[in-house]
Amino acid sequence: MPSDTWTDNMQKPHGGKLVRRISESKDVGGLERIHVNNDTAKDIENIAHGVLSPLEGFLCRDEFESVLFHKRLPSDVPWTIPIVIDENEKKHKEGEEVLLESENGMQAILEIEDVYAYDNKEAAREIFRTTSEEHPGVKKLYDMGDFLLGGKITLVKGSSSPFEDYLLYPRETRVLFKEKRWDDIVAFQTRNPPHIGHEYVQKAALTFVDGIFINPLMGKKKKGDFRDDVILDSYKALLEHYYLKNRVVLAVLQTEMRYAGPREAVFHAIMRKNFGCTHFIVGRDHAGVGNYYGHYEAHEIFKEFPDLGITPLFFRSFYYCKKCGSVVNDKICPHGKEYHVNFSGTNIRKLLREGKKPPISMMREEVSDIILESGNPFV
Amino acid sequence: MEKIKERIEGTGFTSVSGYVTYVLREVIANIDEDEEEAFSKEDEEKVKERLRALGYLD
Repeated sequence: MPSDTWTDNMQKPHGGKLVRRISESKDVGGLERIHVNNDTAKDIENIAHGVLSPLEGFLCRDEFESVLFHKRLPSDVPWTIPIVIDENEKKHKEGEEVLLESENGMQAILEIEDVYAYDNKEAAREIFRTTSEEHPGVKKLYDMGDFLLGGKITLVKGSSSPFEDYLLYPRETRVLFKEKRWDDIVAFQTRNPPHIGHEYVQKAALTFVDGIFINPLMGKKKKGDFRDDVILDSYKALLEHYYLKNRVVLAVLQTEMRYAGPREAVFHAIMRKNFGCTHFIVGRDHAGVGNYYGHYEAHEIFKEFPDLGITPLFFRSFYYCKKCGSVVNDKICPHGKEYHVNFSGTNIRKLLREGKKPPISMMREEVSDIILESGNPFV
Repeated sequence: MEKIKERIEGTGFTSVSGYVTYVLREVIANIDEDEEEAFSKEDEEKVKERLRALGYLD
């Protein structure tokens, strides 16, 4: 008898069905081989394992344009970040099958359904709200080929990962949450080691649900970001000393940062919905970079998706108030800025770069020790 | 129609048709879930084994 993978209480996958497109026995002999980079390999593996449900492959033209201009798939399911694969010249045509393979060992078959040109400036304007090449996401878009290939993928061989022991896919997290008897689970997305403000947000959210899924993003980042292994090790240290083991799951998400601000906040929420989470923490300038997006624009965009199916928990920035004597934010603290100590990522980075421990009011000592012991913790 | 308008007040849905589309999508998703490839007991046990080996389950 098939088992009930998810109970009636469990979060449904986005679009209603958890995609699984894996077939290790498929014959790949004779297929043209196309090299893809490790970031595209991660997209492919995420599609295959259902992280990007309901996507079954790379977007075809109608899907790409629908996502760009309506932030929804043609089926009306919310979707905000195009997942695409490019080529420089129009070498392929509809109906062909090719083998995509990457340096880290991933192999997948792409059934080409569409080959199309696109306007990269228009795409930049819609996705990132800027056409400036200074924006890392825009630069990556402009470096892509002139044509996109749409079609379903089937994963034939998974890649090796340095984070294998912390890499869980939706099938696994859903079984895990079911075994833990968690009905309500809040997800926390991060691309940085934890400071006190992060810890406070996580614990505030945790008071309302059964468990928290801390899901750091491991993938291509920009110069000056923290190394993936440092982020994971720092979280392991934090959880060991300051969290109840039976209330937290730590696992990584292998995907690149797009720095698309509000659109990416929704995208991040959708992925965690597929993992089985019911709530998603959205903080200040989620998935932002520089000053391209307003501090809380990533909160506002969720109003466009009352049918998203995962509840966003909006948090304004926390800071320490010397008068209140606790961690607070502007909703609950009546005191002036002269009493406030901000958990500034910039200041923390500066201190760590200088080899200094941030004060314990900003970062747990166990976390800063791990970061300083790593040598150069930055990309 | 009036009942649906009352229901969606304050929810974020801006039209009756938008809400009805959402409800229909959920209904169809429930039907599809029954028809989808079964996740066998054996598959589930393999997943639990991995989770135990990694320390996520006792």
